[in-house]
Amino acid sequence: MESSIEELERTAVRIRRAIIEMTHAAKSGHPGGSLSAVEILAALYFRIMRIDPARPDWEDRDRFVLSKGHACPVLYATLALRGFFPEEELLGFRRIDRMLQGHPDMKGTPGVEMSTGSLGQGLSAACGMAMAAKLDRKDHRVFALVGDGEAQEGMIWEASMAAAHYRLDNLTVFLDHNGLQIDGANREVMTVEPLADKWRAFGWEVLEIDGHSFARIIRAAEQAKSIKGRPTMIIAKTTKGKGVSFMENEADWHGKAPADREKDAALEELEVVCCGC
Amino acid sequence: MGVNTATRDAYGKTLVELGRENRDIVVLDADLSKSTKTVMFAREFPDRFFNMGIAEQNLMGTAAGLAAGGKIPFASTFAMFATGRAFEPIRNSIAYPRLNVKIAATHAGLTVGEDGASHQCLEDIAVMRVIPGMTVMCPADGVETEAVVRAAAGYDGPVYIRLGRAKVPDLYDKTKYQFEWGKGVTLRDGSDVTIIATGIMVAMALEAADDLKKSGINARVIDIHTIKPIDRDLIKKAAVGTGAVVTAEEHSIIGGLGSAVAEVLGELAPVPVIRVGVKDTFGESGTADELLIKYGLTPCCIMQAVETAVRNKKP
Repeated sequence: MESSIEELERTAVRIRRAIIEMTHAAKSGHPGGSLSAVEILAALYFRIMRIDPARPDWEDRDRFVLSKGHACPVLYATLALRGFFPEEELLGFRRIDRMLQGHPDMKGTPGVEMSTGSLGQGLSAACGMAMAAKLDRKDHRVFALVGDGEAQEGMIWEASMAAAHYRLDNLTVFLDHNGLQIDGANREVMTVEPLADKWRAFGWEVLEIDGHSFARIIRAAEQAKSIKGRPTMIIAKTTKGKGVSFMENEADWHGKAPADREKDAALEELEVVCCGC
Repeated sequence: MGVNTATRDAYGKTLVELGRENRDIVVLDADLSKSTKTVMFAREFPDRFFNMGIAEQNLMGTAAGLAAGGKIPFASTFAMFATGRAFEPIRNSIAYPRLNVKIAATHAGLTVGEDGASHQCLEDIAVMRVIPGMTVMCPADGVETEAVVRAAAGYDGPVYIRLGRAKVPDLYDKTKYQFEWGKGVTLRDGSDVTIIATGIMVAMALEAADDLKKSGINARVIDIHTIKPIDRDLIKKAAVGTGAVVTAEEHSIIGGLGSAVAEVLGELAPVPVIRVGVKDTFGESGTADELLIKYGLTPCCIMQAVETAVRNKKP
């Protein structure tokens, strides 16, 4: 799909609105780290990735693994808007007997490539998928999104070592670097910096971008595609809670749902901008 | 009997055969390939072998991703690190999405020997058994190992296969052995008591049964190669038919085969059940034989348990 930047901007607003509505309806969930990743997901699903919503099991599709599985509202909203399942499903988020689990379930949700939620594990699975693609000499690519707090998990570094060792140049990982985690700022909870140096030292190509700029995201993904012999880490500087003024840069909005009034206020800020047509 | 094979050796050989038959078979190890015997596969199929280094969590997570990509991964390391260190990736990345990963763990139990308690995994059956949808297998000899590994490769879903370091007597004739998924094997018929054993304890159960015959006790002997799903019918019939049961496993008596059998019988056919196994303790360094004697895993211990079980039978 070749959405223009303008179209992507509008899609991003729709995704943000859905995140607010889903978490409000569910009375739980993780809006902060979902809002920070909206541009990355929108760019992947509406521009970068080779996918077909009508054929979620298509063998040659690109894969996306949401390693920071708690941010699934952004994934679900994106998949629904892209046509993987009806948008009505979104309001069943986190409800009993419904499809959209509190953390991604690959068996129950079309388009979800890996069950994640326990931090640190999705990157390993993405590596395995990239290895499978190489074994089969397939040209599809594997993408993953890792959180900066998630980088505190040892398993992330096990996987990062292996991805470089096996030269997984078909693997592109985004780091949603919003600087915050449940208990506060990364630097207060457990220092993760210097992240770029760490991944470079592990043998990765590292790009650092503004994670809310579609132009930069698209350019970085293109660049990653051209890099041979090693995986690429795109460190995307983002704002937790992006797009909703009172949620921005507030760790408290990591895992708290908006109440009625907060939802209304958020949606007011997230009016879909008319294209002028 | 007479010929001795370590189940890990049979595993290594079978993997190579499977590798020749099916291009989708891939093997991962965590720097123990010479010990787990996956090195045999690695030599013949270097492109389909992935050494993940000393990183068991990533070993399991990567295997999950390979399975999601259509491969049939066998992930091997020692039982301690596979099921201990990597428990959660096994639970959340393999079993929860029901991915087609085979976890073949070697060096289970006390017979690891000299490496001592840190490496003697006595809890793996318990922690694998409790995971929803996980099949748990523990073959008794080389022939059964081949059958189990082949069956696991042909089954779509997560499987844990428990293998040992030490050589064990060959119990089965390869030309005659018929493996049935989820079905125990009755090796001796008997009417006074049933010994239900798994892994290396099956050979000892047979030895105990032979000796018991001399004192007039006819023991039925059942080999349970698949601990989950367990053969409820066979176990129930054995309890009803013999009135007393002894279980034998190279594992903690908590959570393993003995627990699984007691769970079945508590619900279906309550009879005295005596569990032979490691009694809520860690092991230590020593030779395999010394350890088996010290921790009560011998034919003699099974006989004593049988005598207690028979004594406790309801009139």
